[in-house]
Amino acid sequence: MGKDDILLKVDGLVKHFELSQGFWGRKAVVQAVDDVSFHICQGETLGLVGESGCGKTTVGRTVIKLYEPTAGAIVFDGRDITGLKEKEMRSLRKRMQIIFQDPYASLNARMTVGDIISEPLIIHSLARGPKLREQAVKLLQKVGLSPNYINRYPHEFSSGQRQRIGIARALAVNPDFIVCDEPISALDVSIQAQVVNLLEDLQQEMGLTYLFITHDLSMVKHISKRIGVMYLGKLVELAESSELYQRPLHPYTRALLSAIPVPDPDAAAQKQRVILKGDLPSPINPPAGCRFRTRCQFARDICSRSNPEMIQVGLKHMVACHIVINRLTDRFFNK
Amino acid sequence: MNNILEVKNLSTSFFTHAGEIKAVRDISFNVGAGEAIGIVGESGSGKSVTALSIMNLLPYPGRIIRGSVCFAGTELTNLKERKMQLVRGNEMGMIFQDPMTSLNPVYTVGNQIMEPLIRHQKLNRGEARNKAIEMLSLVGIPGPENRLNLYPHEFSGGMRQRVMIAMALCCKPKLLIADEPTTALDVTIQAQIIELLKDLEVNINTSIILITHDLGVVAELCNRVIVMYAGSVAEKGTTRDVFYNPRHPYTWGLLKSIPNANAEQKERLIPIDGQPPDLMHTPAGCPFCPRCAYAMQICAEDQPPLYRLGEQHRAACWLLHPSAPRVERGR
Repeated sequence: MGKDDILLKVDGLVKHFELSQGFWGRKAVVQAVDDVSFHICQGETLGLVGESGCGKTTVGRTVIKLYEPTAGAIVFDGRDITGLKEKEMRSLRKRMQIIFQDPYASLNARMTVGDIISEPLIIHSLARGPKLREQAVKLLQKVGLSPNYINRYPHEFSSGQRQRIGIARALAVNPDFIVCDEPISALDVSIQAQVVNLLEDLQQEMGLTYLFITHDLSMVKHISKRIGVMYLGKLVELAESSELYQRPLHPYTRALLSAIPVPDPDAAAQKQRVILKGDLPSPINPPAGCRFRTRCQFARDICSRSNPEMIQVGLKHMVACHIVINRLTDRFFNK
Repeated sequence: MNNILEVKNLSTSFFTHAGEIKAVRDISFNVGAGEAIGIVGESGSGKSVTALSIMNLLPYPGRIIRGSVCFAGTELTNLKERKMQLVRGNEMGMIFQDPMTSLNPVYTVGNQIMEPLIRHQKLNRGEARNKAIEMLSLVGIPGPENRLNLYPHEFSGGMRQRVMIAMALCCKPKLLIADEPTTALDVTIQAQIIELLKDLEVNINTSIILITHDLGVVAELCNRVIVMYAGSVAEKGTTRDVFYNPRHPYTWGLLKSIPNANAEQKERLIPIDGQPPDLMHTPAGCPFCPRCAYAMQICAEDQPPLYRLGEQHRAACWLLHPSAPRVERGR
């Protein structure tokens, strides 16, 4: 496979959750993800950022079909996997894995580390007998844990070490694609860097492709090649990471970036902040038109009337905002 | 500058069945009037226990075993609970980390804000109600008259944290202790709360102790910083001292392990290897010694004193001893 081969392509992905509300069983629909499209190339890291409730985790889980998509298409390595049944998915699961956010909840407390790591090998019949143990030892070494730990239980480890166990379990089946769902947000600062470096080394070594989901904007810039920004179930901007940080276009991206606290007192004192008013609206009844308009300082009539499409504005830069697109196209007409 | 709070040689331990856990070991600092100081450190470094010791809210089996906490001229460590209740919530406000669990779910928000006003300021219900409305609009909650009758679950996380801040500030405390006030919140909401705290510091001249693990938040809000490691002070000084001229290897490590969002070039992160020490069996020497790249023999044997490096700047590291080898800040 060449460098620019597309490994995963997501087109118009929609995921709605039905909630039953009220005594008479009235149905409410949570529009967790609405019309999201992107692709990830072989060996690339795509970052997905947004605040809690924006649907980034739902995207991560839907693309590996832990959730059934409501609409849209997911194409993995040239094969449409949207309609695949659970049985047919199983062989593909060897190629796509996930690392979860909470290193306490995602490891079975009653299993030893060795059993946790070898379980995927057994399920996919990749190893058995003495080879199983051998593989588990190799995996532990790969993630920087001592093979002596193999008979210990998860509670004997710190959160950083547990996250390493989670990574080892994901690597067991030798996958191509890993969804990293906030793998570092439960860790201490000094440990976060250890895990990020490990993920980067493994990517180099094994040619892995990551979908890196996080709300930590400084870390996502560090690890990803391209970044998508989500707001209330929609992708609002997608660009190469350096481009996104230097030339953010969407008003939400701008507010988000200006909100990062910088560990530099002088720079912090000078910084101009865009403070967003209010809170995230509910995804059960999202605002009509542009979903960001209720908190946007530039919102005009058009924003409540029509839903902005993702439009290409640079070589690898897409944005969904009426105001930005108008301003950019105006430059071709006025003067 | 008048000191509103003076903490001297404070040591706090938890006496568990397994043994004594020395959560805070011999720390001293003071807070001036109208000043914001930050306490940073990883989980388990003793920053929250320091705050709880100041407020006399240590849970069983925790106990202050040495030292003094002097607040506005009153010694707090041996104060009776009845007297302490007059200080807490009145002259000393508190904001806790988790806005979801620190509000009482069965009382309306209005009731909870009015409680300290009625108890401490002896206002009647009508006056307290007006004051509560004023406080809610001060912290930026729109339509405060209607919100008073709502319950905490009807508020979002950011709004609940504002309610907590309104509660903490309604009696105009001299000191506000904020334990990770923004950790549970999203960045855009965090930015709103930081701006709010900055305004408060200027407008009502409240001193703030901000406890956090986020160096960015400290850089934005605080005049002085204390870096804690394994229950003791590793380094302290003005924010500029600590961020631009750090002298303790742990501070170097902390500053290097966070990616710089403004960096042009992608640099590899430099983590601090190893794990924080077990506070049940604290090492004899410097607690950072097992993870320190510059550790010498003395570091494992004796605890380093706090060396004076400037008017405010102190660091506890043997490298600062005159006969220690000189090292460059770096790898």
